[in-house]
Amino acid sequence: VSESAELADPVARAITSAYADERAIVLATLIRQVGDFQLAEDAVQDAFEAAVTAWRRDGVPASAGAWITTVARRRAIERLRRNRSVTDRAERLAELTRLQDEPEESFMDEPSTIVDDRLRLIFTCCHPALDMSARVALTLRVLGGLTTGEIARAFLVAEPTMGKRIVRAKRKIADAHVPYRVPADEELPDRLRGVLRVVYLIFNEGYAAAAGERLVRGELCDEATRLGDLLCELMPDDGEVWGLSALMLLHDARRDARVDRSGRYAALADQDRSLWDGDRIRDGLARLERAVRLRRPGEYQLQAAVTALQMQAPDAESTDWAQIAELYGALARLTPSPVVELNRAVAVGLADGPAAGLELLAPLLADPVLGRYQPLHAAHAELLSRAEDATGAARAYERAIALSANAVERDELQRRLSALR
Amino acid sequence: MMKPQAQAQRTNVGGVMSQYLLLVYEPEVDAAEQAERETILPLLLELHDSLREAGLLVSVERLHTTERATSVRLRDGETEIVDGPFAVTKEALAGYYVLECADLDEALKHAARFPMTRWGTVEVRPIMPAERWAAAAREAGVEVSNEEMRQRT
Repeated sequence: VSESAELADPVARAITSAYADERAIVLATLIRQVGDFQLAEDAVQDAFEAAVTAWRRDGVPASAGAWITTVARRRAIERLRRNRSVTDRAERLAELTRLQDEPEESFMDEPSTIVDDRLRLIFTCCHPALDMSARVALTLRVLGGLTTGEIARAFLVAEPTMGKRIVRAKRKIADAHVPYRVPADEELPDRLRGVLRVVYLIFNEGYAAAAGERLVRGELCDEATRLGDLLCELMPDDGEVWGLSALMLLHDARRDARVDRSGRYAALADQDRSLWDGDRIRDGLARLERAVRLRRPGEYQLQAAVTALQMQAPDAESTDWAQIAELYGALARLTPSPVVELNRAVAVGLADGPAAGLELLAPLLADPVLGRYQPLHAAHAELLSRAEDATGAARAYERAIALSANAVERDELQRRLSALR
Repeated sequence: MMKPQAQAQRTNVGGVMSQYLLLVYEPEVDAAEQAERETILPLLLELHDSLREAGLLVSVERLHTTERATSVRLRDGETEIVDGPFAVTKEALAGYYVLECADLDEALKHAARFPMTRWGTVEVRPIMPAERWAAAAREAGVEVSNEEMRQRT
């Protein structure tokens, strides 16, 4: 069925929208009731397939979600009766049958139960006992509703490979008894950080994509920002949840401006601002404000704040580099890393002059581990050039050019090197 | 951080516990370093007591080093006896525990309490219940009931 024909057909449209809006919710609850990921997923799939025939025959039900829930639960019971390998099968069956006999009004669970079920699903998909690539794949498949083929294409692996990865993850959840629950208070901060990492990794995977893959990869950015929305809805009292959502929206608002007309990568300062998505920016800034009001600073909020300051200034000269340097300082205390230190040195160099920046760069340049880190040498060259040390700057540019693996980047460094002379 | 409501609810409807095998791998070291490791014993015994009191400890054994291992395999109709372990690795299996836990999180939490994690690795493996073993065999065409499996394994 072609996409336009599907849109013209009200039943197909209802199923598509139920799939997008209700599937993850129904699945989240059914997994808890059935106690088996795969069985619940199969039962929900059955229900959607049954809907195609039934809704054509009887019309689209008033509450598509309730219809899918009922049918999926019935199919789960049938599947559970046949599947003797589920360990606590008898208890599961008794519980499901009891639920089935309840009056129809109680079919839809309390809102707080729905929230908890969705959180359980997120925390299970992002469980640290699963390999990172499996967490990402499972999250996209189960929560995002991407097909295995779509996920495989987005991560540039063969579809059977991705299929195996997802199946393996589900089997491990079942056989190792990865619990289906929201972590206890003492584990929650750590585990939530793990979830945010998965979401941000999905976003970056999409955002950092090369031009040729942009169409497929754009889906990853969309899925990640949607997951960010969902987390804001489910855990509205966590600053980092809002911070990550803000950060992704602020980056995403500039998606179209990152490549200029000649197909070259454009850094933030050189981007055509008319291509920025104003609505996304406003939404991102509002979320950042909400995060800051919760008064629990974290790495995503700080990164979002840096991005916001850069975007709100009309150009690089009038950017508040002193405040950005301060934000990087806070970030360095929270999550120390050479990358953060480098960014801080660059910001300090712009706020207080190149000498101050060079001073912060010195310990990084002395670290042999960072010797082959190209951005360090590019930043070093930039600072030396502004300090009017042309010889030193030329040496650093040559170093950076030698280390660069990217042609576009190399051209840009070459251009700056030539401008020195 | 706000706590979501109604959390930490166990999913096991029937309260079924699972068994986990905790495999303790450590680098085999010289006598001096080994003697140093032996000093953790009081700590370890306390841990055993606490696991036993909580009703989680099914069994625990320490193994002799891989120098004492003998491996057996049948190849081309010939039994081969090899002096040594199945594989020579930097970290060798040194002992094991069987714990009964509600879920993987609980098993991981206890695994992290073992002092051997400081110099070695504890691998947590779910033990396959008899019914699952039976189901796998039935799928391959073997006639066996869950009941029989429970009695004979």
